[in-house]
Amino acid sequence: MLEKAFEGGKKYWAWLFFLGALSAVGVYYYIQQFQFGLGLTGMNRDVSWGLYIGQFTFLVGVAASAVMLVIPYYLHDFKKFGKIVILGEFLAISAVTMCILFIFVDMGQPMRIMNVILHPTPNSVMFWDSVVLSGYLAINALVGWVTLSADRKGVPPPKWIKFFIYLSIPWAVSIHTVTAFLYSGLPARHFWLSAVMAARFLASAFAAGPALLIILALIVRKISKFDPGKEAIQAIGKIVAYAMFANVFLLGLEFFTAFYSGIPGHAASFLYLYVGLEGHTELVPLMWTSTILAIVALLLLVFPAARKKEGLLAFACLSLFISLWIDKGFGLIIGGFVPNPFEEVHPYWPTMPEALITLGVWAIGFLVLSMLYKIAISVRERTAGIEIEH
Amino acid sequence: MSMDRRQFLKIAGISSILGFGASVASATHTIWEPGLKPPQVEPNPDGLIAKRWAMVVDMSKFKTDEDIKKVTTACHQTHNVPDFRNPDGTVDKKFEIKWIWEEPFGRTFPGSENKFMSEHIKDMPFIVLCNHCDNPPCVRVCPTQATFKLPNGITMQDMHRCIGCRFCMAACPYGARSFNWTDPRKAINPATENKAYPTRTKGVVEKCTFCTERLQFGKIPACVEAAPKGAMFFGDIEDPNSEVRKIVTSQLTIRRKPELGTGPAVYYVIGGSDHA
Ligand code: SF4
Ligand code: SF4
Ligand code: SF4
Repeated sequence: MLEKAFEGGKKYWAWLFFLGALSAVGVYYYIQQFQFGLGLTGMNRDVSWGLYIGQFTFLVGVAASAVMLVIPYYLHDFKKFGKIVILGEFLAISAVTMCILFIFVDMGQPMRIMNVILHPTPNSVMFWDSVVLSGYLAINALVGWVTLSADRKGVPPPKWIKFFIYLSIPWAVSIHTVTAFLYSGLPARHFWLSAVMAARFLASAFAAGPALLIILALIVRKISKFDPGKEAIQAIGKIVAYAMFANVFLLGLEFFTAFYSGIPGHAASFLYLYVGLEGHTELVPLMWTSTILAIVALLLLVFPAARKKEGLLAFACLSLFISLWIDKGFGLIIGGFVPNPFEEVHPYWPTMPEALITLGVWAIGFLVLSMLYKIAISVRERTAGIEIEH
Repeated sequence: MSMDRRQFLKIAGISSILGFGASVASATHTIWEPGLKPPQVEPNPDGLIAKRWAMVVDMSKFKTDEDIKKVTTACHQTHNVPDFRNPDGTVDKKFEIKWIWEEPFGRTFPGSENKFMSEHIKDMPFIVLCNHCDNPPCVRVCPTQATFKLPNGITMQDMHRCIGCRFCMAACPYGARSFNWTDPRKAINPATENKAYPTRTKGVVEKCTFCTERLQFGKIPACVEAAPKGAMFFGDIEDPNSEVRKIVTSQLTIRRKPELGTGPAVYYVIGGSDHA
């Protein structure tokens, strides 16, 4: 089946080549960073995590969101998702790949990565995060592969795979919960020290991931003969709308507690992000962009008339994706470090090499995604019209 | 003095963490052969030991900026802490590494300031360093145990195991930890470099060690040694006769962010009368 990834037209190869070139730029700057140290980035003593860890956090969510297709299809027997579920699983694989790469490029001593395994430390959330992430990668690779192979042969997948499919559901929840625990268990970071953090993570993930999936499904339909199904796309649109409302609601809870309690430490990061603090307003335009995009997306998603027009749906999903990318892939991390433990404001902004390394990792992720989707599309094009029971 | 294998390994481990290869008797170059014993080391009979090391700081005894600078310089020179500077001579915040430094009262004890408090206290600089917490978040989060507790209460750092993930920096409520954003050796003045203490590599986290390497040789921490008389005390807080214990028992001392449950072992005397 793998050979399908290497059979394609001119456009397919041009696309792969383009992604390959972007990855190469990323690798080039990563080598610079490897030699010079992480000082090549905008991070510093006060904001000691930045864009890389933000991307990692955001992408764990995208990976977890595959479950939003698995649950309706396998637990509620929602047949419409039959064809699209594989797109979710393959998206999860590429998202976890990016997560692992982002962790890697963020490490000060990447050659020592095996120390996490050599000295397993159960009291460290990071240890558990690496366990659940690699497990999730393995489960999705297995499930995606086995079900697709069966489809290709025109037979139902073996019974035992059901076990892994069901396992993937709590597992998806676990990867994002554990990732939230990286933050929400730290004693002096007021912005992160919140019990709804994990819930917020899941809600935003279940909005951003499926939104990306809708965009991808629309693209797949445009460029190939594989149709993931109009109704399936509409159903995902509803999921996105619900999840986004939950996310905004949870964010509202954070605002209430921070400002009604009147405890300065709780409000400080929110102030820094949305109006500026001690004269520092670096992130304010970005956070408002995110807010406006979120409102636009919600308005379009909530009215069925708008949502049913696929052009508008795609636009809404794109706005929502960008909005959450800013909010979680950037604001959430930086906000936790500003103000610092001395209540001083030290801003952070990524450097050019840091941005290009980030872009490089995304390019690698999309390279993996394109090849996996190519395989899925080839199989689906051959079996078009045949409905297979999973 | 006899010692069991575990104890030996501990001490040898600590010595090698600190790069004191020399204190391990004649390491052999043979990798291993049957019957070969690991190199043996006797604990230094002059070494200082304690059940729980702690520090007391009385800022009222620091009279001038010079007094404070002496203390921070003593630490930073003893431990080869790099000094990154901008071309105009100011500290390069981007690469900055510090083990001990000064902060104003309001920054040291956030939320403790009030509008009417004496200008004297408000403007008073406080020196800050790692608190060697009883229940340190940095140790809790480290995925490799590169930062860990010693039985005497010191929070240590293994520069050879650290993977540079910086989780500990996010976790420390006191901003006590620094990361080597680039090769620190570039910013160590060769003229003042302490050849007896290891330099670090890029990509690892470092911080105050309560001078573990000096305690082993019977010396008190470098900062305490350089401080004006009565300004800094170091000792075993579990020992009722120690200076630190007497001060903490008899005077009003405060610790940084005690509400977090970390149990800092650095106490600040407020009021500043004469001690013990
Ligand atoms: S002050 Fe920070 S670095 Fe030191 S022991 Fe406490 S948590 Fe760890
Ligand atoms: S940076 Fe080093 S010491 Fe800190 S948590 Fe990571 S491995 Fe542990
Ligand atoms: S105790 Fe030692 S390491 Fe810590 S600040 Fe003082 S001199 Fe530096």
